[in-house]
Amino acid sequence: MNGEEFVPLSLTPLLIGVFAAVACALPGNFLLLRKQALIGDAISHVVLPGIVVAFLLTGAITALPMMLGAAGAAIVAVVMIEAIRRLGKIEPGAAMGVVFTTMFAGGVLLLEQTDTSTVHLDVEHALYGNLESLIWLDATGWSSLWDIEALAGLPAELPRMLFALIGVALFIAVFWRALKISTFDEGFARTQGIRVEALGMALVITAAVAAVAAFDAVGSIIVIAMFICPPAAARMMTNTLEGQLGWSVLFAVTSAVMGYVLAGYGPLWLGAYDAVSAAGMIATVSGVILALAAKFGPCRSRTGAPAGA
Amino acid sequence: MLLDALLLQLGYNATLVAIGATLLGISAGVTGTFLFLRKRALVSDAVSHATLPGVCIAFLLMAAFGGDGRNLIGLLLGSAVSAGVGLWCLNWLTRNTRLAEDAAIGAVLSVFFGFGVVLLTVIQTLGVGRQAGLEGFLLGSTAGMLWADAMIIAGGGAATLVLIMLLRRPMTLVAFDPEYAAARGLNVSRIDMAMMGLVMAVTVVGLKIVGLILIVALLIIPAVTARFWTERSDRVVLLAGLAGGIAAYIGAAISASAPNVPTGPIIVLMAFALFALSLLFAPNRGVLAAVLRHLRFQRRVHLRQGLLALATGQPIYEKMTLRLLQKSGLMRADGVATEDGVARAAKALRDEKRWEIVRADQSHEAAAALYDGLRAIETVLTPDQITDIDARIGGPKGVAS
Repeated sequence: MNGEEFVPLSLTPLLIGVFAAVACALPGNFLLLRKQALIGDAISHVVLPGIVVAFLLTGAITALPMMLGAAGAAIVAVVMIEAIRRLGKIEPGAAMGVVFTTMFAGGVLLLEQTDTSTVHLDVEHALYGNLESLIWLDATGWSSLWDIEALAGLPAELPRMLFALIGVALFIAVFWRALKISTFDEGFARTQGIRVEALGMALVITAAVAAVAAFDAVGSIIVIAMFICPPAAARMMTNTLEGQLGWSVLFAVTSAVMGYVLAGYGPLWLGAYDAVSAAGMIATVSGVILALAAKFGPCRSRTGAPAGA
Repeated sequence: MLLDALLLQLGYNATLVAIGATLLGISAGVTGTFLFLRKRALVSDAVSHATLPGVCIAFLLMAAFGGDGRNLIGLLLGSAVSAGVGLWCLNWLTRNTRLAEDAAIGAVLSVFFGFGVVLLTVIQTLGVGRQAGLEGFLLGSTAGMLWADAMIIAGGGAATLVLIMLLRRPMTLVAFDPEYAAARGLNVSRIDMAMMGLVMAVTVVGLKIVGLILIVALLIIPAVTARFWTERSDRVVLLAGLAGGIAAYIGAAISASAPNVPTGPIIVLMAFALFALSLLFAPNRGVLAAVLRHLRFQRRVHLRQGLLALATGQPIYEKMTLRLLQKSGLMRADGVATEDGVARAAKALRDEKRWEIVRADQSHEAAAALYDGLRAIETVLTPDQITDIDARIGGPKGVAS
C-alpha cells in the first residue's frame, strides 16, 4: 500500500484510535488498582443522555456543547452514585448499576422522542462510533503532512483526541507521587497530607474527560475495553506501577493498530469485500491480548494474598 | 389511551407484550435479589453483554444452513451459549489470575460486546438482507412480537420462577454466609453457578423485550428497591418480584399507548421511579425517615440539655433550645422557667445524678452501658433499684448555721 492511499484513508483513523486507546488506558491503570474499573463502563453509558441533551439544547451536532453535555452527565452520574450509596446504604456495585442503566435508558428514550433523522446521532453510533469515517480527504500522500492547507482539513477529532491524551498524561505526570501513594495506601497518603478524596475525584474526572473525548470519535465499546483490558493485561506482566503503565500503553497501541488493520483488511485477506467494525475489532484484539497475558503472563497469579481476597 | 393499555384493551400485540413483560419483570426482580444479596449485581452486566456474539453466530449458522436466521429459539440458544462462555471466562479470570472481579466483569463485557459488534457488521456486509431485527436485541423491540415469541418468554419466565422456588433456601444461605453454607455441606460454587444460570436464563428471555443493554437494570433496580422496605430476605424477594412486575407492566402499557416510546427504556425508567420513591419515602431506611429521625433526636438532645441548664441555673443562649423550651411550655418568653419547667428540670437533674451513681457502681455495669444522656432511667432499672439509688443520694440536709 502506498502513501497516496494510506495517508488520506487510514492514517487519521489509525492515529485517533491509538490516541483514544492510550488516553483511556493510562487512567485505567489507576482505576483498576483502586478496584474502580467499572467506572469506565458507567461513564461510557451515561455519556449518551448528556450528548442527547446537548443536541436538544443546541439543535446541532457541534463538538463543544456535546463534550460539555457528556462531561456534565458523567459528573451527574458520579454524584448520583455517591448519593445513592450514602443515602440508601447500598453497595457501590448495585448503586452504579441503578444509575448508569437508568441514565442510559433516559438517553435512549430522549433520542427516540426527538427527530434526529437529519443528523447522524443514534444509539448504534454511540455504541460503535465511526472510526472508519474519520478520513482526511485533503491529503494526497505523505507530503501532505507538511502542507498547511491540507492539514487544515484534518478531522477535528484528531487534535481533540491528542489534547485529551496530553491532558491525561500531564495529570498523571504531575500527580504521579500522590496518585501512586494514595492508590496503594490511602491511610499513609492521608498522613502525608495528600487530599485523598479530592485526588480520587480528580482521577475519575480525568477518566471521564478521556472517555468523553474518545467516545466522540470511536464509540463507547473502545472506551470500556481500553479502560480495562490493557491495564489488566499489563497487571499480569509486571509488579511495578511504572512497568504496568508502560505495558498498558504498549498493549493499547497494539490493540488499536492491529484491530484497525484487521478490521480494514482482514476480511479482504479472507476473500470478503467489506470491512468490519474497527471499534469492535479493537476491543476484540485487546481481549485476545488479555487472554494471552492471563494464560502466560509472568505475574499472572495472585501471590502473597490469601485465597479469595 | 393509557388506561386502555393498562386494562389490556389495546389489541393483541400490546396485550402479548404487556403480559410477557410483566412475567419477565417478576422473574428478573426475583432472580436479581439473590444476585444483589450476594453483592455480585454487576456480574449480570457482563452476562448480558456477552450474549451478543452468540446471537450473531446463531444467526449466521442458521442463515448458512438455509433456515430462517431470525428463529427466536435458535437465537436465544446461541445467546445462552455465549453468555455461558462469558461467565466461564469471568470465573476463570477471577479464580486463576490476580484480577479482581470488577476488572474481570469489565473485560468480559467489553470484549464480548466488541466481538459481537464485529459479527453484526459481518452480518450487515454479507448482504443477507434479512438481518433487520438483530439490532433489536441491543435495545429490545416488541413491535413485531409473535404469539410464539410471547410463549417462549412466558415459559422461560415461569420456569425461572419455579427453579428459584426450589433453590431459594440454599441460595439465601450462600448469599448471607457462604462459609456457614459450606460447613453445612452445601456446594457453594455449584449454587453460585445455579444462581448465575438463572441470571443467564432471565437475560436471554429478556433480550427480546428490553434488550441486552438494559436487562441489567431489571435485575438490579427492583432488588435494590425492595431492600428499602424490609429486613427479611424472603420479603425482599417477593417485593422485588412485585416491583419488577409493576414496572414492566406499566412500562409496557405506556409504550403501547404513546408513539416513539420504546419498551425497554420506559420499563427501566418506571423501575427507577419506584426506586426513587423507595429511596425517599421508605420507612426506616428511606431518606425522609432518616431526616425525621435526625430531627427527633436533635429535639430530644436540645430539650434535655435545656432542662439540665434550667435546673443548675445556667443561662441558655442556644436559640433552638430556647424555642423548644418555650414551645413545650417549660419556659416563659422572658427566660424564666414555668412551674412545669422547674419540676421537669429537677427531675432531669435527679435522673442525671442517679445515672452518675449507676455508672460508678460496678454491679450496675450492664445498665450503665446503656447510658447515652437521653435514655430515661426508668426504662433501664426497676423501681426497687431506683429507690435504692435514691437512698444513696439522700434527701435534703440541714446546714449548720
